Amino acid sequence: MRRFAALFESLDTTNATSAKVEAMAAYFRSAPAADAAWAVFVLMGRRVKRSVGQSLLHAWLIEEAGLPAWLVEETYGSVGDLAETIALLVAADARGTHSRDGDAGFSRVRDGQASGLDWAADLSLSRWFTERILPLADMDPAAKRVQVTSWWRELKYRECFLVTKLLTGALRVGVSRSLVTRALSMVFEQPRVQIERSLMGEWLPSAEFWQALARNEGSLHVSHPYPFFLASSLEGPVEALGARENYLAEWKWDGIRGQIVRRRGECSLWSRGEEIITARFPEITAAASSLPDGTVIDGEVVAWKDERVLPFAHLQQRIARVKLSAKILKDIPARFIAYDLLESGGEDLRPQPLRHRRGELAALLGRRGGQIIQLSAELPQDSWQALGQQRQQSRVRGVEGIMLKSWESHYGTGRQRGAWWKWKIDPFVFDGVLLYAAPGNGWRSNLYTDYTFGVWSGDALVSVAKAYSGLNADEIQELDRWIRAHTREKFGTVRSVEAHHVFELAYEGIARSTRHKSGVALRFPRILRWRKDKAAGEADQLADLQRVLAEQQV
Amino acid sequence: MTSTDGAALAARRLPPGAVVNALAYGDSFDLGATKVSLHPAGHILGSSQVRIENQGEVWVVSGDYKRDPDPTCAPFEALTCDVFISEATFALPAYRWSSASGVAAEIHAWWQENRAHGVASVLFAYALGKAQRVLAELMSLTAETVYLHGAVASVTDTYRSQGIKMLPTLPVADAPAATYSGALIIAPPSAAGSAWMRRFGDCSTGFCSGWMRVRGDRRRRGYDRGFVLSDHADWPSLLRTFSDSGARRILLTHGHGDTMSRYLREQGIDAAVMHTEYGAEE
Repeated sequence: MRRFAALFESLDTTNATSAKVEAMAAYFRSAPAADAAWAVFVLMGRRVKRSVGQSLLHAWLIEEAGLPAWLVEETYGSVGDLAETIALLVAADARGTHSRDGDAGFSRVRDGQASGLDWAADLSLSRWFTERILPLADMDPAAKRVQVTSWWRELKYRECFLVTKLLTGALRVGVSRSLVTRALSMVFEQPRVQIERSLMGEWLPSAEFWQALARNEGSLHVSHPYPFFLASSLEGPVEALGARENYLAEWKWDGIRGQIVRRRGECSLWSRGEEIITARFPEITAAASSLPDGTVIDGEVVAWKDERVLPFAHLQQRIARVKLSAKILKDIPARFIAYDLLESGGEDLRPQPLRHRRGELAALLGRRGGQIIQLSAELPQDSWQALGQQRQQSRVRGVEGIMLKSWESHYGTGRQRGAWWKWKIDPFVFDGVLLYAAPGNGWRSNLYTDYTFGVWSGDALVSVAKAYSGLNADEIQELDRWIRAHTREKFGTVRSVEAHHVFELAYEGIARSTRHKSGVALRFPRILRWRKDKAAGEADQLADLQRVLAEQQV
Repeated sequence: MTSTDGAALAARRLPPGAVVNALAYGDSFDLGATKVSLHPAGHILGSSQVRIENQGEVWVVSGDYKRDPDPTCAPFEALTCDVFISEATFALPAYRWSSASGVAAEIHAWWQENRAHGVASVLFAYALGKAQRVLAELMSLTAETVYLHGAVASVTDTYRSQGIKMLPTLPVADAPAATYSGALIIAPPSAAGSAWMRRFGDCSTGFCSGWMRVRGDRRRRGYDRGFVLSDHADWPSLLRTFSDSGARRILLTHGHGDTMSRYLREQGIDAAVMHTEYGAEE
């Protein structure tokens, strides 16, 4: 753990990507194979099945801290990260320092007499996982508590923070998947696409996995998908892309991007989040079983009924169900809209131009597709202007706009600008009043950055949206100061504020909701601008949102 | 009115011709029936607590203070009193300081590592007090010259004139551009991101402050490194100081005063927040 902790520290203490890549490469070169495999797993943002929930850790922290619960909450609210709060309050070098007569205890620990417990920090990263964290899953809550709190007491700040982070999942240290693959590409002298491919799908870290990765085998399991190729948002005028005929235009469907992998008699459906969602969509899997072996199709899972796509909220209901009842299968049927053919007859088609891949895809689906797996329709309008008019229909059709893909493009990895573009429709907007604020996480900790906005219903404000993004750093600071000075009430870490500031918010869609008091749920709300020119009374009415909802459901 | 230790600093910061009355630590003067004296607060050079005694009742106003040793100023003097008015800038249990010599070793190691990579180390620290404390703490690790931003240099000159021992320094303006690779430069936080920084080319940045105890705070401010070094009392020191004072009532100013007062009241101590017109510092 010490070596990994040192890596974490070097990643956490630089903002330069080249330095991060170098630090990872140095670690991968020197760490034992099993540790290196686990480090890749963790740095890529993967997580083991969570055996201890956030709420349990939270409860144990309160018991262990020896401080009043409200004071722990207040500290957590200020620090903004549970693992960090735990490390600050209960790690070996924090204990016995909170009470009035605790100072003697502090200096004792500070002078390093907490040694003798260093075995915990000396245990390697892989052994921390295999011998300590993974076995937690089979323990009852009481036994888990004994284990985890003993680690907190034995480890010092840095290791305590890391171990707790690993328990809860995401270790956010400003490293993206692509930085990890860059480092691996340096270490193994393999192209990054190859590394990307080897790390797709599900794999468990081990020395064997690391060695396979080094031999360029990685996780090439029979069912594994290809890395997804992503489009960039089109910001300038569409004419700048050049001639219309150089591009395939199709609707941008609002669903779950996925790949159907049909190999060796088996079918898997993968989401872009690299999760297997086969069992959630039995109708798609059934349809896919008629595809020939050695086929991989990229497309979109959508909810589809009465010859049209249903809003994304319906698909969410379908994903949320643990058990799929006959009723929900009937109420919310799913389809797979096919965009691209990545593998045919076992051959990797990705280096071929889109023109070729689409031709093959259309031919394949013409023979074997059926209704459930359908080709994404090509929009025929032959000028940008005509296509722009067609785009105006997006909302009526329940799509997010238009995708533009160069006919010559090969199927790349990740978000590479220049070949695939999202030409999205403008979002819906409304003016909301800031009602509540809570401190954010990560770099936003200690700042009130999680906002709740409301609109008028009669002479009362009802909350309709939460938003975290859209303000710049100066605005965040300014609003934070205002919130602190104009707090009406505190509920834990949440503050209600005076109804004063108006913000213009954008959102992508609206659905009826029984969970929210307002009766509506907004999709992807975010702040567009701070409307200092508007008074709270000038914000929108709930009736305005209800009208949009009614129009959308026609 | 200031302590004798702080007279030179006060004269420097006030407009020319301002009258500075200096009082030695421990000496008192009378205001009617009230006796007033100044005592070291350990915050920065010349910082004072004010002790006010009237008909046997003693009030102490701490001002900013710390309990940790600091080679650039007289150590905090624990006074007993009836009412103690304390700062509470860092009154949350998350804020605990480790030893300044340890932090100085971290700063030194960071500087040496940057030097090995041929880049400058720009350390942001408050121009008054923190910068000089760092320069003094580093003396046990090196004798090298450190480069200073103008705002830091003028205060450092005053400290030096008061006999405070620090590393040799040069103003940034006087040094040829080539000298910065591998050098340590101390600048006020306001210099971060300014055009002034361009002269250093590739550099690593660090910030010296108690706020650096929280990771999110450091990441938000965008510094490469955060060094947890504060001239204020941390949570354990605040509690220890209240206990030392024997005060029956604690009044709190700044920062997390409401948190601390609630905590103390729950421990059976009479405490409240006192609203002041002090500006927010650190």
